[in-house]
Amino acid sequence: MKIQPIKFLPVIILLGIGIAFAFGLRNDPSKLASTMINKPWPDFTLERVIADQPAFSREDLHGKISLVNVFGSWCAACVQEHPMLMRLANREGVIIYGIDWRDTAEAGSAWLEKYGNPYRKVGLDANSRLAIDLGVTGAPETFLVDKNAQIRFKVVGPIDEKIWTEQLKPMIQLLQNET
Amino acid sequence: MKNQLTVILAILLFFGTAGFSFAVKPGEQLSDPKLEQRARTISKGLRCVVCQNQSIDDSDAELAGDMRKLVRERILAGDSDQQVKDFMVERYGNFVLMKPPLAVNTLGLWLSPVLFILIGVGLFWHVSRRKPQTKKPIDTDETEHRLEEVLNKMKKN
Repeated sequence: MKIQPIKFLPVIILLGIGIAFAFGLRNDPSKLASTMINKPWPDFTLERVIADQPAFSREDLHGKISLVNVFGSWCAACVQEHPMLMRLANREGVIIYGIDWRDTAEAGSAWLEKYGNPYRKVGLDANSRLAIDLGVTGAPETFLVDKNAQIRFKVVGPIDEKIWTEQLKPMIQLLQNET
Repeated sequence: MKNQLTVILAILLFFGTAGFSFAVKPGEQLSDPKLEQRARTISKGLRCVVCQNQSIDDSDAELAGDMRKLVRERILAGDSDQQVKDFMVERYGNFVLMKPPLAVNTLGLWLSPVLFILIGVGLFWHVSRRKPQTKKPIDTDETEHRLEEVLNKMKKN
């Protein structure tokens, strides 16, 4: 019997589709590639969350490496992430600023009162103005900002031990050697 | 007959409204109907980044609402439709467009339908070109020769 290569075409096509799916379905669609990496932090003005503390502003980012964390009192994953942020701020000496996103100052400050405040400064972004400028799609999201207020890296979702030791910590060490 | 008509009318009305549903709140709308129409058209082309299969015009997500407001603000500030879209693309990437632009990394997406049509046409051509097999007349000499062989084998056994 003569083998006709054309008869194998459906099998080959099916295999191709299968392979494409095997790789494609592993991508998490909620994790968008950020277009903001290596761009300067946008200008913004935020309102106060904590009554007796000035709001987080762009000047705070100059001259130091910092993390900027997007959170909200409505955000369940932020509660999960919170102990990690507390540890980074208190024991690893990381400077963290907070953007209280789509929230009210009352709810935001009450939340920080309840779970502890890892942020050097906090600002309220009630109408997503800064969040949209940053390309934020959900909370928590954390930006790594260098000494020149440039965004260098973004973590979508909670920071865990693995992300801290394998990604953030080495990157912060690298950035410290930059001028 | 009259009852049937009522049922059909009810069904049409029910499904007809689906086409008109949108998430724009009355307070969000611009007072100028022309500008509002532009905002609606732009919003329909922008993806809600929370619920990714809806446009921000359809989506009830809070972030989509904030993005709709921002689209209207940009329009009021005098941006063209393209400038508003570029504003969002700058922040969220091409993904934010419901219809991805033709670029190097979307080439496969745009060309694969053409490729599949070509494969289909090729297959059709290949199959239809094939001539119906004409049966060869039986070669009596050969048949007899083979019959003899078989018979000989049987005899040996």
